[in-house]
Amino acid sequence: MTRTAIVMLLTGLLLYSTVCASADDSAPSTEQWPVSEYRLDNGMRVIVREDHRAPVVVSQVWYRVGSGYERLGRTGISHLLEHMMFKGTAKHPPGELLRIIARNGGRQNAFTGRDFTVYFQQLAADRLEIAFRLEADRMQNLILDAQELAKERQVVMEERRMRVTDQPRSHFGEHFNTIAYPASPYAWPGLGWQADLEAITLAELRGWYARWYAPGNALLVVVGDVQPEHVLRLAKAAFGKVPARATTHPHRENYLQAPGERRLVMHSKEAKVPYVLLGYQVPSVATAQERDEIYALMVLASILDGGKGARLSQELVRDRRIAASAGAGYSAVARLDSLFVLDAVPSDAEVAIDSLVKALREQVQRLQSEPVDTETLERAKNLLLADHLYELDSMFYQAMQIGMLETAGVDWRMLEVYPGKIRAVSAASVQAVARKYLIPSRLTVGTLLPQTPPDDDAQTGNGEGRS
Amino acid sequence: MKARFIILVLCGLLALPAARAAMPEIQHWTTASGTRVYFVATSVLPIVDLSLVFDAGAARDGNKSGLAALTSRLLTDGTAELDAGAIARRFERYGARVATDNSRDTARLTVRSLSASENLQPTLDHLIEVLSNPTFPAAALERRRAQALVGLRQAQQNPGRVAERAFAQALFGDHPYANLSQGNISGVQAVTRDDVQAFHDRYYVAANAIIAIVGDLQRPQAESIATRLAQALKPGSAAPALPPVPDLKRAKIVRRSFDSSQTHILIGAPAISRTNSHYIPLYVANHVLGGSGLVSVLADEMRAQRGLSYSTSSTLITAAQRGWFELASSVRNDKLDESLQVLRNILQRYAASGPSRQRLEAAKRNITGSFPLRLDSNQDILAHIVMIGFYGLPLDYLQTFPKRVEAVSQPQTRQAFQAHVDPSHMVTVLVGPKAVIGDVSTD
Repeated sequence: MTRTAIVMLLTGLLLYSTVCASADDSAPSTEQWPVSEYRLDNGMRVIVREDHRAPVVVSQVWYRVGSGYERLGRTGISHLLEHMMFKGTAKHPPGELLRIIARNGGRQNAFTGRDFTVYFQQLAADRLEIAFRLEADRMQNLILDAQELAKERQVVMEERRMRVTDQPRSHFGEHFNTIAYPASPYAWPGLGWQADLEAITLAELRGWYARWYAPGNALLVVVGDVQPEHVLRLAKAAFGKVPARATTHPHRENYLQAPGERRLVMHSKEAKVPYVLLGYQVPSVATAQERDEIYALMVLASILDGGKGARLSQELVRDRRIAASAGAGYSAVARLDSLFVLDAVPSDAEVAIDSLVKALREQVQRLQSEPVDTETLERAKNLLLADHLYELDSMFYQAMQIGMLETAGVDWRMLEVYPGKIRAVSAASVQAVARKYLIPSRLTVGTLLPQTPPDDDAQTGNGEGRS
Repeated sequence: MKARFIILVLCGLLALPAARAAMPEIQHWTTASGTRVYFVATSVLPIVDLSLVFDAGAARDGNKSGLAALTSRLLTDGTAELDAGAIARRFERYGARVATDNSRDTARLTVRSLSASENLQPTLDHLIEVLSNPTFPAAALERRRAQALVGLRQAQQNPGRVAERAFAQALFGDHPYANLSQGNISGVQAVTRDDVQAFHDRYYVAANAIIAIVGDLQRPQAESIATRLAQALKPGSAAPALPPVPDLKRAKIVRRSFDSSQTHILIGAPAISRTNSHYIPLYVANHVLGGSGLVSVLADEMRAQRGLSYSTSSTLITAAQRGWFELASSVRNDKLDESLQVLRNILQRYAASGPSRQRLEAAKRNITGSFPLRLDSNQDILAHIVMIGFYGLPLDYLQTFPKRVEAVSQPQTRQAFQAHVDPSHMVTVLVGPKAVIGDVSTD
């Protein structure tokens, strides 16, 4: 351990002041939510957040590698390796990793994103050590076996068929990303392209594992009913023995922030309902030159779609009745530039798809041309601040927030300053980011269209069950 | 044998203290107008979660499948003074999250608010105003209808959803459980404003509701909230019991053609009610078979051993009336025959011999040991007290559940499975390309 820092998380404090400045006294005591941070000698970082509401713990090991670290030709290798991580070590043969946690009353799984690959367990708090021992073992001793790979490659292809190939909206989203991110590794799907999944070799998986699964490239996040010093002792005992290895990270590949306006028109045989998706390439928490702009973009998304009372639902769904649903979103937490998206589903077959695109763009233009009124601004901010507090109800999500920020390359303490930064966003700063970033040269417009109009008579379930 | 038994008892002891420590204390009372209330006080987080649950789910649709869903969605869409947007914005101003939804059995209004009175009081005042006098504006009905139709058409582009619909139809026939929670296109098209008003007048009443509250409140505050909410409703009467779910008369295969790269498979039949003495043994038996994720028999054989499927599981679904057993998988089209063979073999083998001793003990340890994880957030606690309240389970259900699981024996699981899950009397739904599903044998 080379560094110890104990810090209090301020999240939740002063939250009500936007509604009532006198409500601060009833905010949760920060002493109940301390976060401790350590670094083991081999470079592995450990972040512990105490939450003593229930006698349970969540443990997540985050590796800084994901589809955003891959190259065309071998896309999907991070996710395939995630699957292979359950195939065992000399000490824990295939299946045993799963059975040990299950027998101990735990849940476990893993997930792969663009910037991270994560392995997690949820357990009774007194069984944390079991999770650590398994993770430390497979961090260094994974057996990558040809027969197991042959089967697991098929499993991943089934996952791809289920999640993407047979889901028109997901299929469309995959196409959309290739265009919305024309010069970014975010262009390809996390599950990888089918041809790459077929081509990845055992040797390449071994290389990927050796390159990224090093303690210095890993972050352990623990949230639950634990004492930080005890967690540190367990972590040292389990992970401290894993030899240190250098990891070289790619530079941030942020090319072409404003590539020019693009258009995707996709016709689908299986789609029954059209769909419109607009994506503006915008900075993320990691790429923003001025961090305050990130908060303004978050408030902007809440103005458009903070709830059913927000502008998109009010104007497109209820007033004009051109959309069955309409939304906006901004995924701020990413290592590279991200997207600010708007989407909508037309309310019926009579609505021309281009009029929906136009309506969404008018919403953006309005934010650029007129400052938002105080009532709307305050409501949007109140919802963000309340949601931030509601999120504390889930231990798993608390750990997720820390891990996502850190693997994006941003200090998790951003959670501390978040409420104050949201509160500080002004109508002028919202207008400014709308003018700076929500511009045509950053925009991709995608439309998903059914090849044939819906045929209500074909609805299964109205008729008799055929035998 | 004896030594083994002692070890198992010790394992149970290890698991139970944690489970006990996590157990929320449920306070229960009934309001003057007959609404049952369930309350758990939590501290630390300054938030309140609240559910108002009516026996007004899709099983009450009658001959217009979708009536329950539309009524639920219209509940917060208008009062004499406010339209849907104004209602939503007033909640949002105080940071409150308010939503309505429905299942087969229930229609539910959920509220999440900050517990500070500056937020909670105006949220509740507004909620009571909205609940007291919903006007179901004709224009709102037309908008909700259009949205519902879009949602139903979207479901047609998802082979898994198509399979669910066909499965419900084949399993329940004329029973109200054949109605999916979101209804169907002809039903949604037929609903009138009078239907919605009548449905609301009949089912959204105090005697047909329960209230569940979890959060940073004292008992007197919770009592006052419950009383005000119940008073916002007309007294009314409880809905009558639903008809019993009939047995399947014979095995059947239902095919729905869909141009997909996988074939979706659902296999199942009506099974057991929660009050049946076999329920806990059957729950444990299903946990081993397909209810425990990647360690379950189905996932192990289909995924780990053969690489046939990403997701294969089985579920024992409970409801107000008898629930059902449902095995779900999706496989590559050219592996359908092999997969069906594997699934049928597993079911038959399992029906004959039940879980192995080793798997049974591992499952019991998993269920009892993971029990605290089910209750580690306010939202989880809320979901459990809604279940206890709505289905009239004993207040100590959470305390006794792990012990009852602990007591399950191998013969009990086998007997329960044999009594309630008969692989030769099941519906098999196949959704995939016509050429693939067309020539699948029916045995």
